[in-house]
Amino acid sequence: MDFRDTPEEAAFRKEIREWLERNMPSDWDRSQLTLIPPEDRLGMLREWQAKLHEGGWAGITWPKEYGGRGASLIETAIFNQEMARTKAPPPINVIGLGMAGPTIIAHGTHAQKERHLEKILSAEEIWCQGFSEPGAGSDLGGLRASAVLDGDSWIINGQKVWTSLAHVAQWCIFLARTDPTAPKHKGITYFLVDMASPGIEVRPLRQITGSADFNEMFFTDVRVPRENILGEINDGWRVAMTTLLHERGTLGFALSVGARVALDELIQLARETKRNGKPAIEDPLVRQRIASLHVEVESLRLNNYRALTAVMRTGIPGPEGSLGKLIWSESMQRLGDLAVEILGPAGMLERWTENPRVQTWQYIHLRSRGHTIEAGTSEILRNIVAERVLGLPKHK
Amino acid sequence: MDFGLSDEQEALRKSAREFLTDRSTTQLVRKLMASKTGFDEGLWRSMAELGWMGTAIAEEDGGLGLGQIELAILAEETGRAILPSPFYSSVGLAGPVIAAAATGTIRKELLGGIASGETRATLALVEAEGRWDAQGVKAKAVKEGGGYTITGTKVFVPDAHLAGEFVVAARTSREKDKRAGISLFAVPASDPNVKVRQLDTIDRTRRLCRVRFSGVKVAADRLLGQEGDGWPVLDRALDRAATTLAAEATGVASKVVELSRDYARERMQFDRPIGSFQAISHKVADMLVLTENARSTTYYAAWALEEGAPDARLAAATAKVAGSEAARTVAQDGIQVHGGIGFTWEHDMHLYYRRAKWCELFLGDPSLWRERVASLIA
Repeated sequence: MDFRDTPEEAAFRKEIREWLERNMPSDWDRSQLTLIPPEDRLGMLREWQAKLHEGGWAGITWPKEYGGRGASLIETAIFNQEMARTKAPPPINVIGLGMAGPTIIAHGTHAQKERHLEKILSAEEIWCQGFSEPGAGSDLGGLRASAVLDGDSWIINGQKVWTSLAHVAQWCIFLARTDPTAPKHKGITYFLVDMASPGIEVRPLRQITGSADFNEMFFTDVRVPRENILGEINDGWRVAMTTLLHERGTLGFALSVGARVALDELIQLARETKRNGKPAIEDPLVRQRIASLHVEVESLRLNNYRALTAVMRTGIPGPEGSLGKLIWSESMQRLGDLAVEILGPAGMLERWTENPRVQTWQYIHLRSRGHTIEAGTSEILRNIVAERVLGLPKHK
Repeated sequence: MDFGLSDEQEALRKSAREFLTDRSTTQLVRKLMASKTGFDEGLWRSMAELGWMGTAIAEEDGGLGLGQIELAILAEETGRAILPSPFYSSVGLAGPVIAAAATGTIRKELLGGIASGETRATLALVEAEGRWDAQGVKAKAVKEGGGYTITGTKVFVPDAHLAGEFVVAARTSREKDKRAGISLFAVPASDPNVKVRQLDTIDRTRRLCRVRFSGVKVAADRLLGQEGDGWPVLDRALDRAATTLAAEATGVASKVVELSRDYARERMQFDRPIGSFQAISHKVADMLVLTENARSTTYYAAWALEEGAPDARLAAATAKVAGSEAARTVAQDGIQVHGGIGFTWEHDMHLYYRRAKWCELFLGDPSLWRERVASLIA
């Protein structure tokens, strides 16, 4: 047991930290606590990823032969920690780097790799993910979008929802049913779709925060070349799952540092905001809740370390790994709740010229309602913990 | 970075679990609950022979020279087995206070005795007011005739009826700052002016006692450390005691999660195992979350204390909060998952619940430790 960096880890940390300090975009507002890029920053975020790529910091988990760094788990964790710690902007092409790219590397043909990988790393082509549907959220296997082979191309019809970046994306990873008679997880195929294809309509989906981070996509007789599938026909579920599992674990480090940064900001807010004539930080109940949040955020950090050690030693993540997103999302909600309470009556405002913090905290607070829903609802995650970690019988 | 146990530490865990599964059964717990002292001499000797008493005591003081992490491993295992023994009070609580404070001959004598199991020690700190802080220390020690005369009543002293030595916190001078003027003494239980009375304790195998010191005379060499400087040393040592208690709480919680999981798999209602109802399975999932949080924060605190990391104090407080909350919540939810049978005397669930409650409240309830956390980060 040793929580210090080894000399190699320390050197890696120093390298990324120094690179970030030298290369951070000067117009990036570091008080920005959210990882969701507002639309007006797209150009800047694209340039930022191109710069990360030049420095060898885009897709660091990818093998060297495909333009990555072949970073180990611990290096990836350090990279995520340092990105979050310096509040560096996230790479814009998250779906490309985290899902499309690794899936193409694992299951793609030589031609697909040649065509796509470099452009993903440089953010020249942005990717989006067409998985969820109005009728297939937590139960993704129930998706209904269909693809039918017609000569040299597939004809895709269907509706997708919660599609981040669809309005700016050039490409889409897309799941569609190719065998309607097969059991629900068996008849699905994994497609690579050019978003410029005729028949694709993208509509922004405005959320509780008032901004539109997601979209709906409507596919009407969209023609996709026959060869634009990943893996085998009807094997799409397996293809999708291999990379979904692959990317879990180290992302938890970014979440945990993000939560720590938010908690530090909350403490600052409590120092500077008065409650009944005294700084809120002196209120015993506020102090109790801040302390509880510290315990949760610290648990999140340390659970990540344990999960990472388990993977490095045995190749199998421990039970802690499944818990990270569950704890993070619920802690972030408690954190947002406390922040708007500390703001007092101003917690009822969306933004306020008298106090610019109101807008930031209101965004974090409202955005956090979605954390327990996106990427696996808390209910689904508890099912996973109950069934796969504890071995309880499947619910019916 | 490495957050795992070494091969030696894993071996220690394995052997502790085997030993305790064999020797610290709930049948024994129940037998000792009903007995006059709640003590099993044979079990104590066996643990001493395994070297457990000296785990965190340095080799030059007569111990094994392992450390806080190894002690946490043992404490977690004793929690799983709800070990009926004064192990915590002597090794987890009094041990680190003596190690932090004592010097010279008395250090060798006390630590050597604890390490071999010959001596059982405990900490006499809290008084009738129930305060865990310096202000709560009202007992007096008056310097006279080349020694000290100690007068006062300590309450909530764990396993005092089984102890041979008390570490007593008493005031040697009145100071404006209540953290100053407190001294620590080693007082032999054999002194005729020491009177011990057992209290009816929720955990009948971890009995709390009232101890009255009525003009007990001790020689000057029984002063542990510097006169008047006892509190800061004690306060730091209690970070270790709190971490060890958090480890025990983690063990209790961990065992209850397993028992509840097993019960939820087997118990049939409405023609299906109750664990297939999400009202039950999600509860058990949350119990696991709390337990893993407690485990992660506890072992980090043990490491931080061992290494003297800058955030060791914060880590210990964090672990105490996480451990307490895990043990309490998991034990109460464990009873709920078990339904009617979990509420009976016959079922073991209340034994875990009682130990969990003890671990939660000893050294201060979670709100007290959350305030410590807040004062360190805000």
